[in-house]
Amino acid sequence: MAQARTLYDKVWDSHVVTNEAGAPAVLYIDLHLVHEVTSPQAFQGLRDRSLAVRRPDRTMATMDHSIPTRDQTLPILDPIAAKQVQQLRINCKEFGVPLADVGDESQGIVHVIGPELGLTRPGITVVCGDSHTSTHGAFGALAFGIGTTEVEHVLATQCLLQNRSKTCEVRFSGLPPAGIVAKDLILALIAEIGVGGGTGYVLEYTGEAIRSLSMEGRMTVCNMSIEGGARAGMIAPDDTTYGYLADKPTSPRGAAWEAAVNRWRQLPSDEGAAYDRTVTVGASNLEPMITWGTNPGMGVRVSEPVPRPNGNTAVRKALEYMQLEPGKPLVGQPVDVVFIGSCTNSRITDLRQAAGLLEGRKVNPRVRMLVVPGSERVRAQAEAEGLSDVFRSAGADWREAGCSMCIAMNGDQLDSGQYCVSTSNRNFEGRQGKGGRTFLASPLTAAASAIEGAVADPRLYL
Amino acid sequence: MQAVTAFRGKVVPLPINDIDTDQIIPARFLKTIEKLGLGDNLFNDWRFRADGHPNPGFVLNQPRAEAGSILLAGDNFGCGSSREHAPWALLGYGFRAVISTSFADIFRNNSLKNGLLPIIVGQETLAELFDAANADESLEVTVDLASQTLELPSGRTVSFPVDGFSKQCLLEGGDQLSYIQQRMDSIIAYEQTSQNTVDTLV
Repeated sequence: MAQARTLYDKVWDSHVVTNEAGAPAVLYIDLHLVHEVTSPQAFQGLRDRSLAVRRPDRTMATMDHSIPTRDQTLPILDPIAAKQVQQLRINCKEFGVPLADVGDESQGIVHVIGPELGLTRPGITVVCGDSHTSTHGAFGALAFGIGTTEVEHVLATQCLLQNRSKTCEVRFSGLPPAGIVAKDLILALIAEIGVGGGTGYVLEYTGEAIRSLSMEGRMTVCNMSIEGGARAGMIAPDDTTYGYLADKPTSPRGAAWEAAVNRWRQLPSDEGAAYDRTVTVGASNLEPMITWGTNPGMGVRVSEPVPRPNGNTAVRKALEYMQLEPGKPLVGQPVDVVFIGSCTNSRITDLRQAAGLLEGRKVNPRVRMLVVPGSERVRAQAEAEGLSDVFRSAGADWREAGCSMCIAMNGDQLDSGQYCVSTSNRNFEGRQGKGGRTFLASPLTAAASAIEGAVADPRLYL
Repeated sequence: MQAVTAFRGKVVPLPINDIDTDQIIPARFLKTIEKLGLGDNLFNDWRFRADGHPNPGFVLNQPRAEAGSILLAGDNFGCGSSREHAPWALLGYGFRAVISTSFADIFRNNSLKNGLLPIIVGQETLAELFDAANADESLEVTVDLASQTLELPSGRTVSFPVDGFSKQCLLEGGDQLSYIQQRMDSIIAYEQTSQNTVDTLV
């Protein structure tokens, strides 16, 4: 009998082009996503070597990081950002790469549009010059972020040099209680293993709590694998996956669809397949999670107090930056800004959760609330469902698609000293603007905090 | 990429764990379409105050950092984003190696592809180096990639891991793209048998 293999093993094995002694494997890349920030130097590298993009039909570009989210029909005011965006247009035209430009119905955050176009599929390899490429692992794809040198390698050859990773099963046992969503699961895991806990591993998320998640929820979980140090996180495909993909614009149709699904059904890890490590997180007693510090591992249950340093320099330093008092509860801590968006939590289900809580309520006057859909398709759907009206009448600012205040490259940013409850993925110092202070949380917790003008427990609003 | 060989360098200590890529080079400096010039903004928000003046408390603004070429940092250096601007900024500033107990995977990969040497040492060795750096502001250590060793001020030599392939590329200053290109026949053969299709908007 063949050896039992994990999902990762199967995807890895089926993409090895060569595996010679003394060198990394040459790994084939099925889908290469490109954005404006990490690609210009790679295209220039091709030009310098007189190389073409080898498989433009497996490459897809969009703009998300540097673009404004307010009236994208207007010219970009920041001349450096404008030049970078223009450079992507020039590069895509010159090298024949399809581009979902601003104004295109397919434009959006690169990790939102891949899945919604049907490009992200089970069993494929996906790379992008962006660490949150791990998002696409929600479909049972092997997906990870790469640097710009590697972007050039993939553009030129459709391959990458890679060493096999170790595998770690992350089992979420039991079902989460009401008010606990995907973001809480992943923040709980990272609080447990730390920001370096997954280094060297590809995570595979398993268990009832994962099976019960929508595809959007699974994407939220896989998205933040990198915040635990793991380049990739994967979830075995199932009927939820196939249901999501069935009507996507580029999904196979008819007999080709049936054949694809039959192939995809072979992907889940075999019974008895061995992982290098296993971590179990109990989902049934989780609470909403929120971060208090300056990395995503510094998280607590919303009912817990801010930890005391007790001689830990990292905790002391983080609390100093955050200007939080040890031992005091986070609930009630005033906030200035609430941001709902980013490749972690800007999809339609995220917006439905937040709007459901905000409906008939008002954003506290002390709070500036920004809701930024992940893509133009999400925006159109949210507007059709009336979610945008809910946000607007609550007093929130409803924007156009982009990365926005998650990375603060486009002018959407915190002022120094401001506190923000954010559905994004990183609370590093200055991430949302120099001197800004971030509390990472779910869309539910963000919406509840917007109403109260302070960190709030969303369960009181359910 | 410039070849990496043996060198002796001055050590700049930054005893902080989990230094993320947003600290190494904040995102607002990623709007450039160039690789050069990023050294000016290395550790920008630790290095400069809100008014733009240097923060005298930060090590890069102290005399000891002058001509420093080896950064000594806490655990899990380079966590966070995939921005290759992080090693570009470190190299642009003049660093040639970073010593830590561990590196984030993507940062390590990016560094190796640019000739910035990520040197992994044990907790005890790192502590010894921080002690030595505290005692001597002009501390220098010798790095030898060929033998994969680091000579400590005590005279003790410790070895550090580097995969053989990356090591060869670093020693020769060669790039890895040509290795893949030389296997194009295998790549084409693979494409003819693979069942994984992707239909982008082309």
